Amino acid sequence: MLKLHDIYAGYGAIEVLKSLTLEVRAGEIVALLGANGAGKSTTLLTIAGVVPVRSGVITWQDKPLPVGQADAVLRQGICLCPEGRHIFPRLTVLENLISGSFLLPANRNPAKLEEVFQYFPLLAERRKQLGGTLSGGEQQMLAIGRALMGEPKLLMLDEPSLGLAPQIVARIFEIIRLINQKGVPILLVEQNARQALKIAHRGYVIVTGRNQLTGTGAELLASDEVRQAYLGE
Amino acid sequence: MTADSTSTLTEILVGGISRGAMYALVALGYTMVYGVLGMINFAHGEIFMIGMFACVYAIGAFSVAWGDHIMLNLTLGIMVAMIFSAAYGYANERIAYRRLRKAHVLAPLTSAIGISTFLQYFIFLTVSKDTVNFPRYYSDYLTNHHINLGSAEVTYLQLTILGLTLVIMTGLFYLINFTRLGIALRATAQDQLMASLVGIPVNRIIAFTFILGSALAAIAGVMFSMYNNVLVFDAGYRVGLKAFTAAILGGIGNIPGAVLGAMILGLTEALTTLNFGSQWDDPATFAVLMLVLMLRPRGLLGERVADKV
Repeated sequence: MLKLHDIYAGYGAIEVLKSLTLEVRAGEIVALLGANGAGKSTTLLTIAGVVPVRSGVITWQDKPLPVGQADAVLRQGICLCPEGRHIFPRLTVLENLISGSFLLPANRNPAKLEEVFQYFPLLAERRKQLGGTLSGGEQQMLAIGRALMGEPKLLMLDEPSLGLAPQIVARIFEIIRLINQKGVPILLVEQNARQALKIAHRGYVIVTGRNQLTGTGAELLASDEVRQAYLGE
Repeated sequence: MTADSTSTLTEILVGGISRGAMYALVALGYTMVYGVLGMINFAHGEIFMIGMFACVYAIGAFSVAWGDHIMLNLTLGIMVAMIFSAAYGYANERIAYRRLRKAHVLAPLTSAIGISTFLQYFIFLTVSKDTVNFPRYYSDYLTNHHINLGSAEVTYLQLTILGLTLVIMTGLFYLINFTRLGIALRATAQDQLMASLVGIPVNRIIAFTFILGSALAAIAGVMFSMYNNVLVFDAGYRVGLKAFTAAILGGIGNIPGAVLGAMILGLTEALTTLNFGSQWDDPATFAVLMLVLMLRPRGLLGERVADKV
């Protein structure tokens, strides 16, 4: 579905991605692993059209994806749930969710809200509360819910487990798997490599913006390189 | 208290609220732009002043074209003023502020002060060096007719100002709190990166904020010039400063706060004029501001700075 071929991208004078190639196929969860500063978040922001592509091609459903235009990418159904969650702190939970479907007809909102509330019943209870007053875990649920409101055909999640208690992390990963089972492919950036590889069909390890290693989730979990560098074994 | 002094007091209060309402329409522009961009648009007073002139000249043209139909020409004049002010406000944002959005905070501020001076002298040199009178035929109709509130007299102009402001505030409150556009506006104010990630056209929302604030300032400008009967190229400076003060007083970035701050200023001025004479207006206004800021540095309804980050 989504293919990045030989992508160079970065900010100003700094080149972050250097010849990055990766692919997400229909129905997959793909994990993107790497050390801090390897370019994982930049990869997602580049696909989302926030960071401009310097060279290389991104194709989506076998057609070139518009680059550098966040709204055009969103219209293709590629939704990013960014690192740090970026909840609108002084919008209510409901308004945060509605903001996620800004480009889509409003009459589809009620059905989508139902779906989001099925994944996250807590959000239904808190719908009138301000986003900024939620706990970290609740904010992460809200951020994923908001991305789902955009009717994603590809969902990109950046560090969904960052700073959350272990039982909440488990719950978030369970829901990521559930969303995927309903047919939404997921590109997942995680520092929690073990958790990510457990649910991922395939994964890529990138080092300073370049491909280092790729394989199925199980292969990567078993590889010495990954175990030493990212699993701390 | 005698019947006469109660009626005077009522009239003074109505006058204060009317002034407050006009300040509020201008203060909203300051506070909305601050809410979205975190900058003080010091040229906003000039947008108000341009609205005044646009209306007076438009009314002049209409009365030459098809005669003096008071309500028709006034209504059209206000619309022309809104269009002119909105165009200037939009141009300001495009030309003087947009490129500076990522610059140091002092850069757009300085640019705004420059635009303010530029627009004053632009009007001074191209339109009128002297004061211009609002066409009496129009303003007299509204200032000479009144209704009685008890024994106090409330002029049609005051009623118009209060009615118009009430309608606009209600509309604005609805727009910001209950529409998709309102959600987009608040989302843009809170997190521009995320707003663009959910597909909100951030640049257009910012432009819209300037256009809306400018149109409100134009309405205030027309009311103000009818109230005082004269308009002059530097009228925006004083009123702009007052409205800016009102926005700070209420808590800059907060919309109900701007209205509250403006009402307090309007009433302070009216009561000062009654008790000490109008030359004490400005000292009293700023004394109130300093007192409030000493007790509540964020303004009356301002949010904690920590919440903004």
